[in-house]
Amino acid sequence: MSLLLAAESEGGGLEFPSLTQLVEWPDIIDPIGFNKIALIHVLSVVVPALIFFLASRQKSLVPSGVRTIAEGTIEFVEKQIIMQAIGPDGMKYLPVLLSYFLFVFFGNITEVIPFFQMPANARIAGPIVLALISWAMYIGIGVKNHGMGYFKEVLFPPGVPPALYILVTPIELLSNFILRPFSHAVRLFANMLAGHILLVTFGVLSITVAGMAIGWIWLEVFTFGGLVAFTAFEMFVSLIQAFVFTILAAVYIGGSLHPAH
Amino acid sequence: MSIAAQVLAQLDGAETKAAAAAEGAGFAYGLAAIGPGIGIGYLVGQAVQAMARQPESAGQVQTTMFLGVAFTEALALIGFVVFILLKFA
Repeated sequence: MSLLLAAESEGGGLEFPSLTQLVEWPDIIDPIGFNKIALIHVLSVVVPALIFFLASRQKSLVPSGVRTIAEGTIEFVEKQIIMQAIGPDGMKYLPVLLSYFLFVFFGNITEVIPFFQMPANARIAGPIVLALISWAMYIGIGVKNHGMGYFKEVLFPPGVPPALYILVTPIELLSNFILRPFSHAVRLFANMLAGHILLVTFGVLSITVAGMAIGWIWLEVFTFGGLVAFTAFEMFVSLIQAFVFTILAAVYIGGSLHPAH
Repeated sequence: MSIAAQVLAQLDGAETKAAAAAEGAGFAYGLAAIGPGIGIGYLVGQAVQAMARQPESAGQVQTTMFLGVAFTEALALIGFVVFILLKFA
């Protein structure tokens, strides 16, 4: 609604809403700061949990309905993420990676769902918490499996000439322990924010063109057509980003399990 | 005096700062997009070539390709974040 007003307040001229208008939402429940983002986060926990609960209630041998979705998702995470990134010994991390995948996916897909129209992951808070959990997890897994030798394996990789450790060790320290959660979170956050801004841009353009003189209505082919096309594209991006976020978490875990390669 | 210099001469301090921030933001994103653009193009091109030569390995190549794209585009995305910070923060 505020977007409509922003576009029309200038008498049909193109007025792009400010960034705060796009990503900051008023509180739904006032005193505790429960806004739309928090609602999406809660829903992206509740909805997958409900789907899997309903799927687990089915006792028939042949899966149908909601159970095909649940089983398909698990199979996708097993085959495309764990087997590719960790290997068979990574199967015990299926629950956490499945939770990552579903939580991120539902946080992303609200970008194109009417009424929400906002990816929860376009605020850095969600991705940074997930990335920090993944960061703590892969360091923990490394220490659990290799003891303190894990840090030695990572910081002083075997097979490197000793003189090169002056160069290699600071780079490995930075890339493995300091920059990794940052880039892990920013990758998801910036993708979703960029997608959100893209959709808003085409929405504002469509509204502006609709308010123009009748002879210009053919421009809607590009603006509204672009909006439809980019909405479809953003559905694809939501899925890909959930996949990429999860597979990166899996790759980091795999690196901790087998630090030599 | 060029037109840009004439326009700049009429601005006060805060406006000059805002103009410089907008200009810097545009350059930041534009420059940050060059490298990853080349990188992703090369990466996907090679992946398509690998898949065309060995269609049976398409699944694995595809996963690795997405992983590589994710690593490569991180640079462009950090450029985008810098753009947002310069323009709005």
